[in-house]
Amino acid sequence: MIMSNRLPESSSEVVDRSKPIRFDWNGKKMKGFEGDTIASAILANGDHILSRSLKYHRPRGVLTHDFWDPNLMVQVGDEPNVRAGHRRLEAGMKISAQNVWPSLKFDAKAANGIAGRFLTAGFYYKTFMKPARLWPVYEKVLARFAPGGEVDLNTPHGYHDKRYAHPDVVVAGAGPAGLAAAIAAAQCGASVLLVEHEYEVGGHLLWGTDDDRAAAATLLAQAAAAGVEILTNSTVTGRYEDNWLGIAQRSHPIAVERLIKARAKVLVVAAGLIERPYVFQGNDLPGVMTSGAVSRLINMYGVKPGKCAVVLAANESGDQAVEDLKRADVEVARVVDARGSTTVNCAKGSRTRIKSVEVSDGSSIDCDLLVTAVGWTAPTSLLNMSGDRPVYDAAAARFFPNSPPDNVLATGGITGDGSRDELIAHGRATGELAAGRANAARHRIQAATASAAAVAGDEPEYPSDNRAPLTRADHPELHRSSTHGLVDYSEDISSKDLFGAAAEGFDSVELLKRFTTATMGPSQGKLETVNTVAILAEARAETIEQVGTTVWRPPYAPISLGALGGRVFEPVRVSSIHPWHEANGYTPILAGQWVRPEHYGDPHAEVRNTRTNVGITDVTPLGKLDLQGPDVPKLLSQLYTNKWMKLPVGGVRYGIMCAEDGVVLDDGVTARLGEDHYLMTTTSSGAGGVWNWVENWLQTEHPEWQVHVTPLTTGLTSINIAGPNSRKLLSRLVDCIDLGPGAFEYMQVRTGTIAEVDNCIVWRIGFTGELSYEIHVPSGHGLHVWNALLEQGEDLGVAPFGLEAQRIMRLEKGHFIVGQDTDGLSKAPTTGMISLLKLDKDDWAGKTEVAWALEDDYPVIVAVQPTDPKIVPEEACQILRDGTREIVGRITSSRHSPTLERSVCLAQVSREFAVAGTTLTVLLANGERINARVMEHHAHFDPEGERLRG
Amino acid sequence: MLLVPCPNCGPRNATDMNYRGEAHSRPDPDAATKEEWRTYLYLRDNPSGWLRENWYCSSGCRRHFQLERHTLTGELRNPPLPGRKTAGA
Repeated sequence: MIMSNRLPESSSEVVDRSKPIRFDWNGKKMKGFEGDTIASAILANGDHILSRSLKYHRPRGVLTHDFWDPNLMVQVGDEPNVRAGHRRLEAGMKISAQNVWPSLKFDAKAANGIAGRFLTAGFYYKTFMKPARLWPVYEKVLARFAPGGEVDLNTPHGYHDKRYAHPDVVVAGAGPAGLAAAIAAAQCGASVLLVEHEYEVGGHLLWGTDDDRAAAATLLAQAAAAGVEILTNSTVTGRYEDNWLGIAQRSHPIAVERLIKARAKVLVVAAGLIERPYVFQGNDLPGVMTSGAVSRLINMYGVKPGKCAVVLAANESGDQAVEDLKRADVEVARVVDARGSTTVNCAKGSRTRIKSVEVSDGSSIDCDLLVTAVGWTAPTSLLNMSGDRPVYDAAAARFFPNSPPDNVLATGGITGDGSRDELIAHGRATGELAAGRANAARHRIQAATASAAAVAGDEPEYPSDNRAPLTRADHPELHRSSTHGLVDYSEDISSKDLFGAAAEGFDSVELLKRFTTATMGPSQGKLETVNTVAILAEARAETIEQVGTTVWRPPYAPISLGALGGRVFEPVRVSSIHPWHEANGYTPILAGQWVRPEHYGDPHAEVRNTRTNVGITDVTPLGKLDLQGPDVPKLLSQLYTNKWMKLPVGGVRYGIMCAEDGVVLDDGVTARLGEDHYLMTTTSSGAGGVWNWVENWLQTEHPEWQVHVTPLTTGLTSINIAGPNSRKLLSRLVDCIDLGPGAFEYMQVRTGTIAEVDNCIVWRIGFTGELSYEIHVPSGHGLHVWNALLEQGEDLGVAPFGLEAQRIMRLEKGHFIVGQDTDGLSKAPTTGMISLLKLDKDDWAGKTEVAWALEDDYPVIVAVQPTDPKIVPEEACQILRDGTREIVGRITSSRHSPTLERSVCLAQVSREFAVAGTTLTVLLANGERINARVMEHHAHFDPEGERLRG
Repeated sequence: MLLVPCPNCGPRNATDMNYRGEAHSRPDPDAATKEEWRTYLYLRDNPSGWLRENWYCSSGCRRHFQLERHTLTGELRNPPLPGRKTAGA
């Protein structure tokens, strides 16, 4: 196969001619080499149109040939919006143009260009506003014209990763200055992370002279020897408070993309310079390129960008392009030196390529390539994000950093101009300063950390900035020629649009940007911000300094949603009995961080067996706090609504906790195990919050109280044994605890040995409403005790039950669940447990609000039974005032009760409806209204509690 | 993300901490009027400038401590030793 535009092999190129790669471009088979970008490979094969523009569907070719090239967005397989001037070619890639129909060469939507005068800035805002009822129609038509590739909903998600890094110094950009800064900082002892946007380090040295490339190779070797960690094809996407940095690593060996969150002591910004396009009529014709694009194509990829060139040169980069073109055997028809007074007026072309250039001296030159070198944009994004507001220097025709914070240093082209050696020297000085400041910061941190080891040596002085600045080379201000052309190629915004918007009153740069969407496309202002500002200045007859610039915000470059979602670090918790659940056909349910057995096949059978024989269930996630010390009763009295000063040793008491606003925070039972020793249990979901709550009171309001709190939630495995046979079953496993009804009563606690495991705790409580014991055993022995219960209880009909059976049984008993039957507005009186709200007790959390609530109206939790026993109203169904749409309550819990063979519910209703016997109207999810009755007791089953007290 | 200086653990990510809000005294619950109590519960000064705050080192040493934060610049200063929520407020 002939590669029509591939140059003879040269020593400067990064492509490897010994490694050909086959790929597919719009159905055509093509060949490139390893090291090619997608765009360089397509150009080498003789195609030069790679996309169609957003609005007018004008044909587009290479403009800058880098990450920011707005004309090089292509579809690769199922991945849309791939940047072909950046992404490396891979074998077998199926590449296609996007935003075209029916084909790239003949695009029907190019008719937009003919109607272009109607599509000025703000066209969509103004045209598709009214009438609102037509918006769905507009939307359908507009969607067909929307840019971007095809998203395949069946694309596999792929693995994304996340990493946390704590380097002393992060260097953003690995050109000569960035490399030198990284080397110097590492040689001073700092840990350094060097992040390069492109695939290779070296920056502009890569497309420079042989000496430049040799220097880049030397710097790379020095960086590796100094221990610098180098990330290529990675971008520092954002800088946040205290140098918290986001880094998108696209080069991870396994992950599709990895998000690195780095906390750097010092950030060095060495982002280099981005070449600006020039604004003139025809500036988006294929064949109009920046000088950097031309030098990169020729020197790095061995691709001939055209046959006959005109070069508009305002700087050395343009001069270099002339030399590169000549070496590549491209005829240079004319060099228009913009350092004089000549410039390019406009370009004319065929439908697919530039044909001639009109120069301001009146001459017209035929060509198929126009190279512009008109100046630079300093990508000051990371400095913006550090709070710096860059300042425009008219003599140098670009923005410069102003005063970034002490822990952010800029170096390289962003700060000034210089030879390779001068840039390296400035980088080195910056690296040494960064390492010095990082070292001082480390000393400060250690000195401010009580738990850290003492720091050796005196605290070093914070180094001041004594770097000799780089000089600023004079540069002509070249933004727009005498004609109008495109400013924002991504969004098809012309200088005429900007003049028009300014005339309409959008004369602040931030407003202009948002109204016209200039700088808001995929190039994100990297190419077009300064031209936008310059044209607004022109329209307002002001200077660029007066107009100011927009603020660059994160991310610097796009980052995938996959990387932001990243790897999930949320831990999963399981009890020590979990292996048994897994081996015995459990259905898992995620409850907070816990994986629990929802059931083992049939929750209704589990309920019936527990009510008839005996069931055991794993309740390990129950929050458990060990409280020790003489002041525990004071703490309990402070946190619970009821009284705790006289709980005897061996006693267990139920309590409700309120927040300071009187809203129910948690509930649970607490046992007194010894003189100064208590065990508090909380709800499973409240375990962490209650621990914080306890510590808050002990540390801030009552530091004088002597209480030591230790969380034991996972330290103890908890099993509930419930059912008529539970006493018989447990008695087979304990020797030294008398389980007799008179010796071990309801709401009492004992400690002892269970199944030969010491240090177990048993209390007699009854969430299920059955005679039941809850045992807490050291978690290392949890599975052993569980198995012992199953073995010993075989003849008693023992069987495990899951969370669902437990929830059904508690609902049959009418026990409310905090967070299920209460919500963030439910104050303690709503629970109906008025007798537990002890207003005669001294200060307790929430007391004031509870007292006021009791004087006021409040919703009440009631037990409710639908008239039709077969209907189970969905949880959260509304309860209405009969015959109206007025909401007077809602169903908070509902289940079919296998014990009563009917539906049972708990509901919150306003007090007016809380009277036993009231008939409620419940609105089902399907819109049907049914009747339900308010019951006398919360408990649907065994309201007298004879079973659990038996 | 803010780097919050825990007096015990040293500077840590704000996400390692639990922000407990503006430091203010808890009124005597038996003496407080409804207005005083609800001011304590719900109303904050929200100044533009230095603000004394409570922080809880929930993923570290679990100490409650106070510091002053400049709400405009994000600057943090003078973390005092942990103590009563009301101290010095």
